[in-house]
Amino acid sequence: METFTIQRQDKDELSILNLSGFLDAHTAPELEKQLDQLINEGRSKIIVNFANLNYISSAGLGVFMGKIETVRSMNGDIKMCRMTPKIFRVFDLLGFPTLYDIVQEEEEAVQLFASKERSSRRADDRA
Amino acid sequence: MPKNEMTYCLRIPSRTDNLELIREFVARVARKVGFDEDDVGKIELACDEACSNVIKHAYEQKNGSQSLDVVIRVDLKKLTLIVTDHGKGFDPSKVIVPDMKEYLAQLKVGGLGIYLMRTLMDEVDYDIKPGVRNQVKMVKYLIDKKSSKVVKADRNEE
Repeated sequence: METFTIQRQDKDELSILNLSGFLDAHTAPELEKQLDQLINEGRSKIIVNFANLNYISSAGLGVFMGKIETVRSMNGDIKMCRMTPKIFRVFDLLGFPTLYDIVQEEEEAVQLFASKERSSRRADDRA
Repeated sequence: MPKNEMTYCLRIPSRTDNLELIREFVARVARKVGFDEDDVGKIELACDEACSNVIKHAYEQKNGSQSLDVVIRVDLKKLTLIVTDHGKGFDPSKVIVPDMKEYLAQLKVGGLGIYLMRTLMDEVDYDIKPGVRNQVKMVKYLIDKKSSKVVKADRNEE
């Protein structure tokens, strides 16, 4: 049986989580553990790459909902990319695109973090 | 039993590590009776949500000491999915999620499953007898997508 795996990759301030397999009520605690780990390390700029994820249920979405507030309070965000249409549909049905940045390519997510960084630096310069 | 009706049953220990097996069972039956991949995905997810609720809430995660039943009835017009447990039950009137936007804004965890089940399936009904038997019954109609005609079942077939 195919399981669920998370592969983590850190690039400077960014942490990229590559998910694969099935994310359901059985495997969601693993994702929660990984996000808690990042939060404990003070890493809040998170990109989740869904390219190899075959399935998600509400248990998986619940994990993102449960952590987003903490991550944003640390001046970070969870940005999502490379969802298959099947995975995106579940996020879309639950209205997630209004709350989260969901983009096609990983590079776009990286750019979103970079442009936010630039604009906050400009704000600091003005202050 | 109405003509052309077939029943498929799965009795399985109420454990989250069985969700994958349950999904496989449901998906294979749905595919076999002619649903397209889009609908197979919807039926599979709705069933997962119902079973996850049973494992988490009805049995309060007494992992595996009790079983749950997944029964699928199919006829020429629809698929009926019935998930039964013998756990503590709940008040279905309290699980309605009226406004998803408001709900998301409050960043509440949980309760998403019920909303998904209602969205993915054509009909969702509960029959709750706490401690005796709780049932969630969901129906998906076979749709001729080319003519976008819903093939509704005759009432007298029930």
